[in-house]
Amino acid sequence: MSDKFVSLSDLTLSYGQTVAVPNLNLDVVEGELIALLGPSGCGKTTTMRAIAGLLMPTSGSIAIDGRDVTRVAANKRGIGLVFQSYALFPHLSAFENVAFGLRLQKMPDAEVRERTEKGIATVGLTGFEKRKPAEMSGGQQQRLALARSLVMEPKVLLLDEPLSNLDARLRLEMRSELQRVQKKTGVTMVFVTHDQSEALALADRIVLMKDGKIEQLGTPHELYAEPATAFAAEFMGFENIFRVEGANLVSDGGQLPLGFTVKSPMLAWRPSGVLVGQGPFSGHVSASSFAGGHREYVIDTPLGQIKADAAIETPEVPIGDSIAFDLPETTARALAK
Amino acid sequence: MKNLTSWAIIALTLTFLIGPFIIIIFAGASAGESLAFPPDGLSLRWYLKVFTIESFRQSFLLSMGLAIFGTVAALLLGIPAAYALNRYDLPGAETIRMVVASPIIVPGIIVGLALLRYLVIPLNFTVTLALFLAHTALVLPYAVRVVSSSLNNLRSDMEEAAVLLGCTRLQAFTKVVLPNIRGGVLAAFILGFVTSFNQVPVSLFLSGPGVKTLPIDMLAYMEITYDPSVAALSALLAFMSLAIVFVAERLLGFSRYV
Repeated sequence: MSDKFVSLSDLTLSYGQTVAVPNLNLDVVEGELIALLGPSGCGKTTTMRAIAGLLMPTSGSIAIDGRDVTRVAANKRGIGLVFQSYALFPHLSAFENVAFGLRLQKMPDAEVRERTEKGIATVGLTGFEKRKPAEMSGGQQQRLALARSLVMEPKVLLLDEPLSNLDARLRLEMRSELQRVQKKTGVTMVFVTHDQSEALALADRIVLMKDGKIEQLGTPHELYAEPATAFAAEFMGFENIFRVEGANLVSDGGQLPLGFTVKSPMLAWRPSGVLVGQGPFSGHVSASSFAGGHREYVIDTPLGQIKADAAIETPEVPIGDSIAFDLPETTARALAK
Repeated sequence: MKNLTSWAIIALTLTFLIGPFIIIIFAGASAGESLAFPPDGLSLRWYLKVFTIESFRQSFLLSMGLAIFGTVAALLLGIPAAYALNRYDLPGAETIRMVVASPIIVPGIIVGLALLRYLVIPLNFTVTLALFLAHTALVLPYAVRVVSSSLNNLRSDMEEAAVLLGCTRLQAFTKVVLPNIRGGVLAAFILGFVTSFNQVPVSLFLSGPGVKTLPIDMLAYMEITYDPSVAALSALLAFMSLAIVFVAERLLGFSRYV
């Protein structure tokens, strides 16, 4: 097991004059499933394309399994990529799609057949060999694309938004499929996503990116429970984020006195961390909706709008009425910036 | 009422489009000695006579050769050009597109005159070579256009997928791009073939003694002999075009690409 199976050092990536990723350093552990997470334009896809060899770095280096591949062509890197659009070959059958890369290696026919059939079986598509991609459902196409990459036994498998084109039920199915395949093959996976719930559910570690830089790197639990910055907190569902100035919480709209002292410049609360129905502050309910296990309130306060979840047992406060609330120290998350 | 009007318009349009074709078929099937409609009785003698006219046989072969080889040459140049214009952000791409399209924008007479004045006369090109070059140039715009539109429908990540599976750029092109645009290539071939085969103004300038394309030969024939064989030949050529389009439609669903 190598801790630096994929190693990006001082990697700078640009499109023409525009620098998309300045000076990135990242090490991927062998056999892990790591997520590059961030909003569009954060450089996650660019980074993935550079690892694949589809984009030449402006400077810095990329090493895979101890070998510097910065100047190695994409077709010689031994890396698989499952495209967001799947990029299946429409003129070939499912079987030939999977066999495509093996045939290029001048492998004997019998071996191509054996490995292709095994690959198709791994993703549960046995019986669909003769179908054309257009005759398969979205989920089947995705699994076919996965099989096509996996039969090549890549050192690293890259996945671009692997679940974004699937409906909710298939997404769940594909999620466990990916985890199962990864356990079975032990392949190192790097996947790109803008969906934090996808990253939290799938990844061993998450690289949260912003403007081409790593904002925070950690396990899903670390990122979820301990976001370090306002950007990370917002991504992880802390919807109420305020600045701390002296003994006050400050937002663009106004301020409220803080009941405790902190050193950090910002504090954040999840909607579930805001106490509703009691507390020193009050505001007016501007929206209220039933969400099954709890009730979601939007409260107009001197700090602007606050989102708060109330237990379903508490009596409902009608829209427009005044409501008491608290931003308790126990559920506050201190942020560095 | 509205329904009736639209049917009338469709009927008139069809008459306008198909009418001349019908007239030619019957004019060629005349039993009389001169080109006339309605024909003086019906017979197939002019349809048979066409095959016995030596000059038609020769000019037909020349036109066929020009259409086939000119179009193939245009595709050999046009497919890479379309690919480059489509996939790479080339400086001056708009200018290149204009230059490539110019043979259909500039009137044929001028193209013919220019080729005669600057290729055949000063450089001593043979007439056949000049005709071949001219026809290649005339078909090139169609080749680039039609192939471009089918390349537009082909996502470029498919090539990247092929590369990541081990293909070189060239292999990705031949194994993935080409099979997926073959309908467009065939459509371009048929359009080019028909354009070249029916081409008059450019060929008019470049035809020399003994070297004539079929349409020019037919024009010359009509100036001397006003019999129905020209109509018969035209009808036969129209049937040939129809047959080509029909076969292509059957094989590849040609109409999707035009």
